Amino acid sequence: MLTFVAIIVDALVYASWLFLVAVGLTLILGVMRVLNVAHGGFYSFGAYTAAWAIGVYFERGLPDAGSFLVLAAAAIAVGLTLGVLIERGLLRWMYDRDEVVIALITYAVFLILEDAVLLIWGVNPFFAYQPSTLLGNTDIATLPFPNYDLALVGLAVLIGGILWWALSFTRRGKFLLAVIHDREMSVFLGINVSRLFTITFIIGAILGALGGAVTAPIISVTPGIGVEVIVLAFAVVVIGGMGSIAGAAVGSLLVGLAHSAAVHLFPQIELFMIYLVMSLVLAFRPRGLFSQAQMRRI
Amino acid sequence: MAADRTIPYIAGALIVACVACPFVPSWVVFIGIVSLAKGLVVLGLLVLWRTGLVSFGQSLYYALGGYAVGLAYRYGGLTDVFVAVILAAVVAGAVAFVLGFLLAGYRDLFFAMLSLAFAMILYGVLVKSESLGSTDGFTIPVPTFAGLGPGEEIAQIMLFVFTAACILAACYATQRYLSSTAGHLTTAIRDNEIRVEYLGYSVKRAIHTKYVIAAILAGVGGALVSLSVGHIDPEMTYWTTAGEFVFVAILSGSASVAAPFVGSVLFELTRSYAMQYTPLTWHMVLGAALLLLIMFLPNGLWSLFGKSARVQ
Repeated sequence: MLTFVAIIVDALVYASWLFLVAVGLTLILGVMRVLNVAHGGFYSFGAYTAAWAIGVYFERGLPDAGSFLVLAAAAIAVGLTLGVLIERGLLRWMYDRDEVVIALITYAVFLILEDAVLLIWGVNPFFAYQPSTLLGNTDIATLPFPNYDLALVGLAVLIGGILWWALSFTRRGKFLLAVIHDREMSVFLGINVSRLFTITFIIGAILGALGGAVTAPIISVTPGIGVEVIVLAFAVVVIGGMGSIAGAAVGSLLVGLAHSAAVHLFPQIELFMIYLVMSLVLAFRPRGLFSQAQMRRI
Repeated sequence: MAADRTIPYIAGALIVACVACPFVPSWVVFIGIVSLAKGLVVLGLLVLWRTGLVSFGQSLYYALGGYAVGLAYRYGGLTDVFVAVILAAVVAGAVAFVLGFLLAGYRDLFFAMLSLAFAMILYGVLVKSESLGSTDGFTIPVPTFAGLGPGEEIAQIMLFVFTAACILAACYATQRYLSSTAGHLTTAIRDNEIRVEYLGYSVKRAIHTKYVIAAILAGVGGALVSLSVGHIDPEMTYWTTAGEFVFVAILSGSASVAAPFVGSVLFELTRSYAMQYTPLTWHMVLGAALLLLIMFLPNGLWSLFGKSARVQ
């Protein structure tokens, strides 16, 4: 029974974390059809900026509760700066290239961002545990769980909800859905696709940085944290079906459950659980869980 | 393509390199072996890329080749290069043959991600297996050549010659394959699959074949690299290794079978120098170089050499 509770709660927490990390990627992929490897760079930039800002914040002795705002502000600042810089400065000249080449361009950006992190913050690890310890623990069936982790679940639900609402009920969101569905037709209908691309990329970048920022308090922020995150986020996106927010949510839950079950029951296979899930899902649903039917070109 | 002189040129360049081998420092020979052997992996990617497919999991076969050699030594005491390479090719080819049944139905990103998933599963298995050396991997001794067991210096040079021979054979075979009917299906599939089906060819089988070819090349490449380095570890199958191969493939361009080797040698040299002179920012140097290349040489390095290069 205890193991069961642990598996479920851990699964929810891990799934929420995955969703937060992957949702920006799936948004960019769905709208722009850009496989954004630089997402890992946004993640590590977000984590570093947040960890550094938290450190400065607590040194000044400012009120504890404000540290959560610091996390959010760090993410927005990083996402806005990098997003504008990369989309306006680089990517917008490249949209006519092959998808693989664009992915490679973002890979180059990722490599540059990785070392930019090293140059700015050095090789020593950063710790920003304060926001996490501040919240204390909650006992669920006698097992203590950090409230911060549980708050991540809430945040994931909130972000997912906002995105779903924005896409379904706002004018801009409906434009985005139209672009996801058929880019050329949207241009003919007078949608300013170029501006939507910029906005989408910035939002995606902010979400990526937010993923890093909220992770910073529960890990030691060291060089190379972005590398693993990219493939995890890709896996979630592919499982869910490219560009589907709901797919990313379901994909995260699936992977979260499988991962946490593996951690508690079969620790040997924990490392590649996510890839196993991905292979299985793709074997039965070749384009992911929430994929649209594709037209065949003759 | 009446008089294609690619193969004679490659042969000439390799012979010059082999003759020069005893006269250059041993680290040059080492980088030569490693980069040329990695070029073999990239050559496999070229075959796939002409079909419009990118595999983010060639590291799977690269590592399988390396581990086949390592395990053959560990449990069978085999150190012969000929045995090693054949074993690596067979293992990689067999695994690719099985996985190919599933993968041949996938395209684009899904092909890339599924192949990556397989590579990462192997990574997970290797890291968790104590008997396979876990994260540290294990060492492989200096290879022997059909019973000859020269010292380390000589062995490196012999390994270089052997690598050169493998490359020549691989280039010749790949060139022959690409100019056969089955080989010409590559660009045809990339342009329009359904028409290829209407012509009476099985797209699935064609992709399956190319996947196995690419895997065999990657396996041999992995075997040669691990023999030269003398060590194997799970990092060989991590996604960054696979990403590096794709990086080199796109940087080289797909116009000629020689392109992967030129690209691979330049890449290894750039990386070695960047690591030596700017140890903290060598990623940045590589990334910037890649960006510049994509912007100014969209068809890869090879477009510098051949004006008449066939480009999509």
